[in-house]
Amino acid sequence: MKHAALAAPPEIVKLAVLAVGGQGGGVLTDWITTLALSQGWWAQATSVAGVAQRTGATIYYVEMAPRDPAQPQRAPVFALSPAPGDVDILIAAELAEAGRAILRGFVTPGRTTLIASTHRMLAVSEKIAAADGRADAATLLAHARSHSRRLVAFDMEAVANANAAHVSASLFGALAGAGVLPFSRDAYAATIRAGGVGVDPSLRAFAAACSAAEAGAAAADGSLEASAAPPVAPVPAGPSALMTEWSALATHAAAFPQPVSQMAAHGLARVVDYLDADYGAEYLARLDRALAGDDPARDFAFSTAAAKHLAIAMAYDDLPRVADLKTRSPRAARIRTETGATEVEPVHTTEYLHPRIDEVVATLPASLGERLAARPKLMAALDRFVNRGRRIRTDRITGFCALWLVAGLRRHRRRLLRHRTETVHLDHWFDLALTVRATDYALAVAILDARRLIKGYADTHARGLAKYDRVLAALPLLANRPDAADWLRRLIAAALEDPEGQRLDGALRTIRRFAAD
Amino acid sequence: MAERSFAREVEKLRLGTGETFSGEGILAITKALLQCGVGYVGGYQGAPISHLMDVLADAQPILAELGVHFEASASEAAATAMLAASVHYPIRGAATFKSAVGLNVASDALANLASGGVTGGALLILGEDYGEGSSIMQERSHAFAMKSQVWLLDPRPNLPSIVAAVEHGFALSEASNTPVMLQVRIRACHVTGSFTAKNNRRPPMTVADALANPRRDTARIVLPPASFLHEREKITHRLPAAHAYIRRHALNETFGPARSPVGIILQGGMYNAVIRALQRLGLADAFGETQVPLHVLNVTYPLIEDDLLAFCAGKNAVLIVEEGQPDHIEQALGAMLHKAASPTRLEGKGPLPMAGEYSGQVMLDGLGAFLRAHAPDLLAPAIRAPNLPEPPDLSALVRETPNRPPGFCIGCPERPIFAATKLIEQERGPHHIASDIGCHLFSIMPPFELGATTMGYGLGPASASALNAEGATRRSISFIGDGGFWHNGLTSSIGNAVFNRSDNVIVIVDNFYSAATGGQDILSSRATNPSKSTLHPITAAVRGMGVKWIRQIDNTYDVARMREALRDALTSPDKGPKVIVASSECMLNKQRREAPILRAATRDGQRVVRRRFGVDADICTGDHACMRLSGCPSLTLRTLADPLRDDPVAQIDASCVGCGACGEVADAAILCPSFYEARIIANPTRWDRFWTRFNRRLIAALQAHRDARRLTFT
Repeated sequence: MKHAALAAPPEIVKLAVLAVGGQGGGVLTDWITTLALSQGWWAQATSVAGVAQRTGATIYYVEMAPRDPAQPQRAPVFALSPAPGDVDILIAAELAEAGRAILRGFVTPGRTTLIASTHRMLAVSEKIAAADGRADAATLLAHARSHSRRLVAFDMEAVANANAAHVSASLFGALAGAGVLPFSRDAYAATIRAGGVGVDPSLRAFAAACSAAEAGAAAADGSLEASAAPPVAPVPAGPSALMTEWSALATHAAAFPQPVSQMAAHGLARVVDYLDADYGAEYLARLDRALAGDDPARDFAFSTAAAKHLAIAMAYDDLPRVADLKTRSPRAARIRTETGATEVEPVHTTEYLHPRIDEVVATLPASLGERLAARPKLMAALDRFVNRGRRIRTDRITGFCALWLVAGLRRHRRRLLRHRTETVHLDHWFDLALTVRATDYALAVAILDARRLIKGYADTHARGLAKYDRVLAALPLLANRPDAADWLRRLIAAALEDPEGQRLDGALRTIRRFAAD
Repeated sequence: MAERSFAREVEKLRLGTGETFSGEGILAITKALLQCGVGYVGGYQGAPISHLMDVLADAQPILAELGVHFEASASEAAATAMLAASVHYPIRGAATFKSAVGLNVASDALANLASGGVTGGALLILGEDYGEGSSIMQERSHAFAMKSQVWLLDPRPNLPSIVAAVEHGFALSEASNTPVMLQVRIRACHVTGSFTAKNNRRPPMTVADALANPRRDTARIVLPPASFLHEREKITHRLPAAHAYIRRHALNETFGPARSPVGIILQGGMYNAVIRALQRLGLADAFGETQVPLHVLNVTYPLIEDDLLAFCAGKNAVLIVEEGQPDHIEQALGAMLHKAASPTRLEGKGPLPMAGEYSGQVMLDGLGAFLRAHAPDLLAPAIRAPNLPEPPDLSALVRETPNRPPGFCIGCPERPIFAATKLIEQERGPHHIASDIGCHLFSIMPPFELGATTMGYGLGPASASALNAEGATRRSISFIGDGGFWHNGLTSSIGNAVFNRSDNVIVIVDNFYSAATGGQDILSSRATNPSKSTLHPITAAVRGMGVKWIRQIDNTYDVARMREALRDALTSPDKGPKVIVASSECMLNKQRREAPILRAATRDGQRVVRRRFGVDADICTGDHACMRLSGCPSLTLRTLADPLRDDPVAQIDASCVGCGACGEVADAAILCPSFYEARIIANPTRWDRFWTRFNRRLIAALQAHRDARRLTFT
C-alpha cells in the first residue's frame, strides 16, 4: 500500500469528480466504483445527472473503504455528497473545474490530491467577449498547486485524443499513476476491460496517462510556457526576382531597433503577402516616420505599436483577400488536418459567403465605385441581386475558379475604391498619432492601439469602425490631461467589452462629466 | 428511444430470491415493484426518475410474462389518475414522476384519489428534485401529503432501506386504504449499492382480470354525501390504521444510546448526512455507530406522537433535521411537546438554516452548533472550540473561474431557432418572450438571453395570454417544446390562444422526443415504437384546435428561413395565433442513433459522408460575433502564434457534429466569410476518386500559376 493513512480499516476514502456535462464523468465514476468493489472494498457512487449534464458543470462523488477484517460483512455508512474540507482525491476533468473545486472547498491543502486535466473547455461567457475573455490558465494552475496536497496536472484530453479515447480513460490513468489508491495498475486495466466498450483505445489512453502521472507530470508547466514562446518570423518563398526585392526590404526592417524590428518582420511579411514588395516599401516608409523622433527610453513603444497596427490596417480584409486566402495551395492540407480527414478521403469544401453590394462596389475602380456609392437607391436595387448567401464549392474547379479570379483582383488593388477609403482613413489616423506624439507620447501609443477596435466584416466591421470613431472623438475632451492615455485605454477596453457599445456610452458619459467640470 | 439503453439493467429485473442486485437506487425501486406483485405502473419521465420509466419501457417482455401493465402517461395528472384502478380492485399500482412539479400537476387527481381511498396498494414514487442538480422551483412534496392526507415515506438512502420502503408502502396503503408517497431525493435515486433480491411476483389480480369483472361502489366516488364521509373516514379509520401499521412494523428506527442529554430526530433521507456530520464531530464511527441517539423518520407523514414524545423524554434538547421549508415536522413536534408540557427544548431551524439543501457543511455546522449549545461535554476539546485557519484569499481564482450553467448541446437543433429569434430582434426590436420548460429554456442564458418568464410545463403560450391587446404594435413570442405541447400545451396554450383570439406568435420546438428528460418517445416522435403509438404530427393537432396560421419548418438549421417565418408571423395581417412548428431531431439522440450505424458502415467499406465545419483562422478577425449567436461548445477560441493578433480567433474543435448552425448563422447574420463546411468521404467510389483527382489537378495548376508570381510566407 502506498497510502499509509489507509492502513486503518474503517478509514473512508472520499473522491469527487468535477466535470463538464458530456465529458464521460459517469463512465469514470463507474470505473472507480467497480475497481474498488473488485478489490473487495466497499464503494458507493452518486451523481446529480439531469439537465446539469447538458454542457454544464457537474459533479460525481465516490466513497470507498476497505473491509474491516474483524467484521467483513458490516457496511460503512457513506455520505451522498462531498463536503468542503473533507475530500481526499479530487479529479477535475477540465482546468476551470479544478478552480471551481477549490472555490467550493473540495481541495484542502495538506490533504487533497488534485488530479486535473489542464485543457480548457471554454464557457460561453469566455467566448462572447469581443476581445479575449478567457480565464487565465496560469492563475488556475497556480491555485491548483498551492491549495492541494499534491497536484497531478497535464493535458489529459490530448492524451485521450492521441489514442482516440475519451478523457475519462486518461483521467482513470492519471488516478492510477498518482498512486493514491492502493490498487495495482493491472486492477485498473482489468476494470476497463470488464466494461467492454471501446476497450483498446481506452487502455492505450489509460496507460499513457498513467505513465505521465507516475513520471510526475511536469508537462503542465512546460505546455503553458511553450505557448508563450516568441513566434518565429514568417519565411518567404517565391521566384528569385521577388526574393531579391524581399531581401532588400527585410534588411531595412532588420536594421530597426528591437523590439520594433521583430514586430516589423511580421508586419512586413503580412503586407508583402497581401499585395507586393512595393507595398512592403510603403509600409517601411511609414515605419521610418514613426521611428524618426521615437524615444529609446520608452522602448520604442510608439514604433512597435505602429509596426503592428500599420500592417493590420494596410492588409484590410476585402473580397480579393478572402478569395485569395480561400484558394491558396496549403489550405487543402490544413482543412484535412482540422477536420481529421485521411489522405485517401476526398473532402468537399463549401464556403459560406455572403457578400453585400457594399463589398462589391468597394472592389470596383475608385471613380466608378464612388459614383455608385453616392446613389443609395441604385445601391439598394443592386443589393437585391447581390445580397444573399453564396455557397461556393472550392474543391470543384468551377467554384474554385470563381474565387481564384476574384483573388486575382489583388494586383489591381491600388486602383480600387476600398483602397482609397482605407488609405485616407489610415493616413488620418497615423498623422493624428504622430502629431499627438509631440505633446503626449503615451496618448499617441493609445491612439495607435485604438485600431484594435476595427475588425470583422460587414456590420461587425461597421460597428467596430463606429466605436473607433467615437473613441477618438473623445480626444478633444482629454486634451492637456496628464492621464489622457489612461482614459483613452479605458475607452478602448469599454468598447471591447460589449458589442452593443453600452459600456462605451457609460465611459464617454463619465469623461464628458469631468470635462464639463 | 430513450437516451440510454437499459438492456443490462433489464436483466437485473429477472434476479430471484437470494441473488444480489447491484445498481442505482432508482433501479432497485423498479425491481422492488415487481417483487411486490405490482399490477400496473405508469408515470411521467423527468430527472431523477426517468430511468425507472426507461427500464420498464425496455422491460416489456418481463412485464408481459408477469401480466403487469405499463404506461408512459401523458402527464403526472394522467399517471395519478391511473391509480384509480386500485380504488375498487385489489391491484397494486405505482405511478412515478419528478416532484414537487409533478405533484403540482397531479394534485387534482391525487386529492380525488385520497378522498375516496384505495383498496389495492397505491404508491406514488416521487423523485424529489431539491438541492444541487435540481432544475425546478425549490418546494417540498411534504405539503401535498398533509393537505390530501396521503402518507409520505422518506427512507434512509441505501438500497435495502429503499426497497423495504416500497414493500411497506404497498402494505401500508392497503392497511389504511390510503395512497402512499415514497420520496426519493436526487442523489438517492442515483446512489449505487446492492440488496438481496426476491422472486418477482405475478399480481394476484391483473388489470385483465379486473376488466373481466368490473366493480363499483358509490361510496368511493367523490360527490356528496360520500365526500363528507371520506373526510371523516380519513381521521377515524385510515389515520389510526396507518399509525398502527407504522408502529407494528417499526418503520421508524431509533439508533444510539438509550440515555443521553440530547437526541436528533431526522427525516430518513437525511440519515447518511447526519452520520457523516457525527463522524466528523467524533461521535460516530464508519459503520454509523453513534453516541448521540437518533430517531429516524422513515415515515415523515403521519408522525407517531407517542414514539416522538418517548424519544424526547429525559432529554434536555432534541434537534429536528428537516430539509426544506416550511418546517412542517418541526411545527408539529413543537405542538406535541407543548401539549405534553415537555421540558425538552426543541431545536431545528435555527442551528440549521430554514432554506436550502442540507449539504455536508450545513449539516456539520448545524449539528456542531446544536451540540456545542446543549451537550458540549460530548465533544472533544479540539472539536468543541476548534482553531480554524484563516480562510485563504481566493479573489483571483473567483475572477478566473467562469460560471458554467447547462446549455444547448453540440449541434442542438434549438440553437439556430434562438439565433434566428435574436436576429429578428436585432431587426425589429425587443419583444416580450415567454419561455417554457424543456431544453429550450436554456435560451434565457448567454449568449441568447431570450425569455422573460417560465410558468410551467406546456404553459409558455398561456403565460403570455394576458399580453394580447387590440391595436398593439408588437406581438409576443412564446416558446413551447413538443414535450410540453403534448403534456398539456395543446389545450392550455394552443386551445386557450384560439378561444381567446390571441394574436400572438407561438413557436413549438419539436425535436422528436421528450429530450430534456432523456429522449423518451412522445406522440409526435418520428420513429415507430413497438409498444406506443407515435407519428402524430403536431401541425395536425394544432390545426384541429382551430389554428389557421401554421408554418412547418423541417430544418431548424436554416436560420434564414427560420427568421423569415418569425418575421412573417410577427407581421402577418391575419388574426388569431400564429404557430410555427420548428422541427429537427435532438442531436444527442440523432448521434446516438446514427453514429454506431455510420461507424459500422465505414468499417464495412461503404461510402460514408462525414460533415464537419471549420474556420479559416487567417480570415477570422477575432471579433467573436459568431459566438454571440451560437454558444456551441465545439465553436471555441484559440490563440494564434502571430504578434499581429491581439485577440484569439474562432476555432471549431473535433467535437463538431457538422450541424451547420455556425455557418448558417454567419450567412444569415452576414457575419464573416470564415466558415467552411467539409464533407469527408470515407471509402470513396472510383468516380469519387476520379472526380477528386480531376479537380485537384486543375486547381493545382491555377495555384502554381499564381505561386510563381508572388511571394508566400510560411
